[in-house]
Amino acid sequence: MLTLLLILLPLISGFILLLTGSKNARQIALVLSLIEFGLALFALSTLKSGAVESLNYNIPWIPNMGISFHLGMDGISMLMVLLSTMLMPLIVFASFNKTYNNAHTLYALMMLMQSAMVGSFVAMDGFLFYIFWEVSLIPIFFIILMWGGENRQKTTFKFFIYTLFGSLFMLVALIYLYLHTANHSFDIQALYAAGRSLPLVEQGLIMGAFFLAFAIKMPVFPFHTWQPSTYVAAPTPGVMVLGGVMSKMATYGLIRWVLPMVPDGVHEYGYLIIGLSVVSIIYASCIAIIQKDFKYLIAYASIAHIGLISAGIFAMNMQSLQGSLMEMMSHGINTVGLFFAYDIIYNRMHTSEMSKLGGIRGVESRFAFLFFIIVLSNIALPFTNGFIGEFLLLLGVFQTNMVAASFAGLSIILGAVYMLRAFQKMMLGETNSLTLHFPKLEKQELITLCIIVILIVVMGVYPKPILEITESSIQTLLQGIQ
Amino acid sequence: MKELIILSALGVLSLIAGLLKIKRPFMVVVIAGLLLNISVCVMDWNHNENLYNMMTLDNFALAFTIVSSSLAILWFIVANAYFQNSNTFSDHYALVLFSMTGGLLMVSFTNMVMLFLGIEVLSIPLFVLAGSHKTSMRSNEAAFKYFLLGAFASAFLLFGIALLYGSTGHFDNAGISAFLGANKLSGMALAGIVLMLGAMTFKVSAAPFHFWAPDVYQGSPTMITTFMATFVKTVAFAGFYRLFFLTFMPVRSEYALLFAVIAAVTMLVSNLIASAQSNVKRLLAYSSISHAGFMVITLLCMNNSSAGILLYYTLVYSISSIIAFSIFKWVKTHSAENEEISAFKGLLSRSPFLAVVMTFALLSMSGIPPLSGFMAKYMVFTAAIDNGFMWVAICGIAGSLMAVYYYFKIIIAMFAEVHESSEIKVPANLRFVLIVCSIALLALMLFPSQISSLI
Repeated sequence: MLTLLLILLPLISGFILLLTGSKNARQIALVLSLIEFGLALFALSTLKSGAVESLNYNIPWIPNMGISFHLGMDGISMLMVLLSTMLMPLIVFASFNKTYNNAHTLYALMMLMQSAMVGSFVAMDGFLFYIFWEVSLIPIFFIILMWGGENRQKTTFKFFIYTLFGSLFMLVALIYLYLHTANHSFDIQALYAAGRSLPLVEQGLIMGAFFLAFAIKMPVFPFHTWQPSTYVAAPTPGVMVLGGVMSKMATYGLIRWVLPMVPDGVHEYGYLIIGLSVVSIIYASCIAIIQKDFKYLIAYASIAHIGLISAGIFAMNMQSLQGSLMEMMSHGINTVGLFFAYDIIYNRMHTSEMSKLGGIRGVESRFAFLFFIIVLSNIALPFTNGFIGEFLLLLGVFQTNMVAASFAGLSIILGAVYMLRAFQKMMLGETNSLTLHFPKLEKQELITLCIIVILIVVMGVYPKPILEITESSIQTLLQGIQ
Repeated sequence: MKELIILSALGVLSLIAGLLKIKRPFMVVVIAGLLLNISVCVMDWNHNENLYNMMTLDNFALAFTIVSSSLAILWFIVANAYFQNSNTFSDHYALVLFSMTGGLLMVSFTNMVMLFLGIEVLSIPLFVLAGSHKTSMRSNEAAFKYFLLGAFASAFLLFGIALLYGSTGHFDNAGISAFLGANKLSGMALAGIVLMLGAMTFKVSAAPFHFWAPDVYQGSPTMITTFMATFVKTVAFAGFYRLFFLTFMPVRSEYALLFAVIAAVTMLVSNLIASAQSNVKRLLAYSSISHAGFMVITLLCMNNSSAGILLYYTLVYSISSIIAFSIFKWVKTHSAENEEISAFKGLLSRSPFLAVVMTFALLSMSGIPPLSGFMAKYMVFTAAIDNGFMWVAICGIAGSLMAVYYYFKIIIAMFAEVHESSEIKVPANLRFVLIVCSIALLALMLFPSQISSLI
């Protein structure tokens, strides 16, 4: 019931916002998303107390087609739900000093998206998962279309068709598995059993179809071409959700739907995907280095980090999976942090071209300091959350595939190159005529940045509680695979 | 029997009403009559009433009659203006109602003669209705084209029936089916089957006999196009399905591949051409053709559950079509008769209600959850894969993707582009139908099996 409430609350919030009109949309959205976060924390305490069954919700939906409304949560789902419900109030709060046209519709769409994202994290029925997966696409499409920047028509179009293209392959794979289940059911356990009984090649094909859908959404090279332009065209709240949470739907999907479903296929062909992910890391990092625009840089940096997560998932061991979940958490927080920093700069300077900026530290040192911590976390410095994730990931990948791990390790070095370079160009150096009038941070901005930085440091210094949430679930998952 | 009487009596009544010059209240009579028809169908459920071995009102026939009559009611409410502005309103009423009578024959026949009669009674009023914009060249062209090609198709159908009769000695479907099951399939019978297949393909506007549809859909008055895309499509498919289910099941394997090719080609070609259209009416016509391709898959995978899938698909498609066409019509009249996609520019600011409902319809047609169009396509794909036609499903998916391209052109025009134009007011009847249809689109997604396991 609690799990159902986690989906319904943002859905209802969305409709409330649509009905209330523009005036206090921000405040209402913030309160509602905070309630949702509270609810998620309550679910966490339920999970910790061991009452896993009470998080299960299973009623038949379309019985003659074997589709049930089956929701459930284990540690992995829990972490993702926490991430999305934690980021949403932060994203809403980050947009507090901005006024959007039809703000109530914008926040309503955000809430609807929250509902779909949480739904995809807790769905334990293949069909239901697919529905939530697809539904989450519609609000973000309209957010970018209606509030986006230049070229938004073309960009949203590409984004939508691209993601839908991948999803349809997943749909075919799901139908194929469904037809192979014992009594035609979409239930996750039935699908697992069906997938595991398939011959090796078919398992590989199923893995490929799922991976295509997820790889486009994450995105991984060479399916990433929609991403930079979409990130650039999207309004800040939209891109925060897109990069912070939506990309995790895909990585979560790999852990939940691919690894346990076709384990032999992953064992046999997983190295291909690890290879692709490593290529993705290096490729995106190299491109990030030559970017002139900060927003593009964040977009490519995001691809690089996601590539590492994807490689870690397919390495399939305790460390790599723990690392990938940890990295999903920190990537979500850091992406929101980076985009928020971008937003602060862009609102003031009306440009995010790095060569035009410089010396902001001299004008607003508080911003430079907080921004620096976010940057450090992105290059995985110890005592930041990025370090925990990347360290575990590299350790895990190393155990499975030494070559891949040594190339993936480049991500940290290259990350340092592009991130520090960006910091240096924008924050250090001579203050020029443009940045001379860099207005001071407002209170709301300062608070948002502080929250992000605190999260980064706390998670980096004391990651144990987060690792504990997922530990037993990953063990169960790995046992099921062997 | 009662259903047949109600529909034809309504048609005759409307002619009398024309004589007595009763204009306005007559819509109420028609809708009441159709509601009566639906309730009679509900009462006859499971009775399997057999009429002189010519037609049987089994659950299949009743379900399709209920669905098509409901669609007709919605259509009549939307098309109110079409009847109001015409001096010859009673003829139009009568023609539509007679056409509906033909539809009833088509969903309930058990004899080839009734099938032929049904198709003719359905089509001939349509030829007239397509040309009912008497002063418009395009409308005349549509009527003429439709009539000429329709006559050809009828001839094919008749010739097919004759060949079948020649080789099996039966006119009734059960007799032919029994004969085909007991004997080896002769070349003559196969030729008959293929001819009938061609004729029915024409009627449901599936490839390769779809060429008439864009011109006719574009030229006819928009409300008649709506009627063709919803009611006519539904009953034509029901007739098509019934013909092959009742008659040719024993020799299914002989022509299955033909259906697969028809489905695949229809889904690919029509969507490809549709993506190049800028005229919305023509675009919707091609979209209608492409949906025919999806529906053909249910004929390809004929088994006990496929009729339900067809029922669901036609219902969902028709509901979205009613929305799309009626909004198109309303937007067109408020944009200086502009039929291009540009007429939809900035619809969000002109009328948010219309923009949102239109988005519902287009999302449903492109098969994106949470709208029921997704469920319809899902069922069809599952049936195809289950029957070993993975490649047809893949073609369908490719077609769906192309479809997203052109549907989203309209959505993007509505939402992103700003257009300096006046606000659009939505009349009460249109608003009512649009709300009912939108709710239906969402509700059908939540409760699909209520429809799909009906028959």
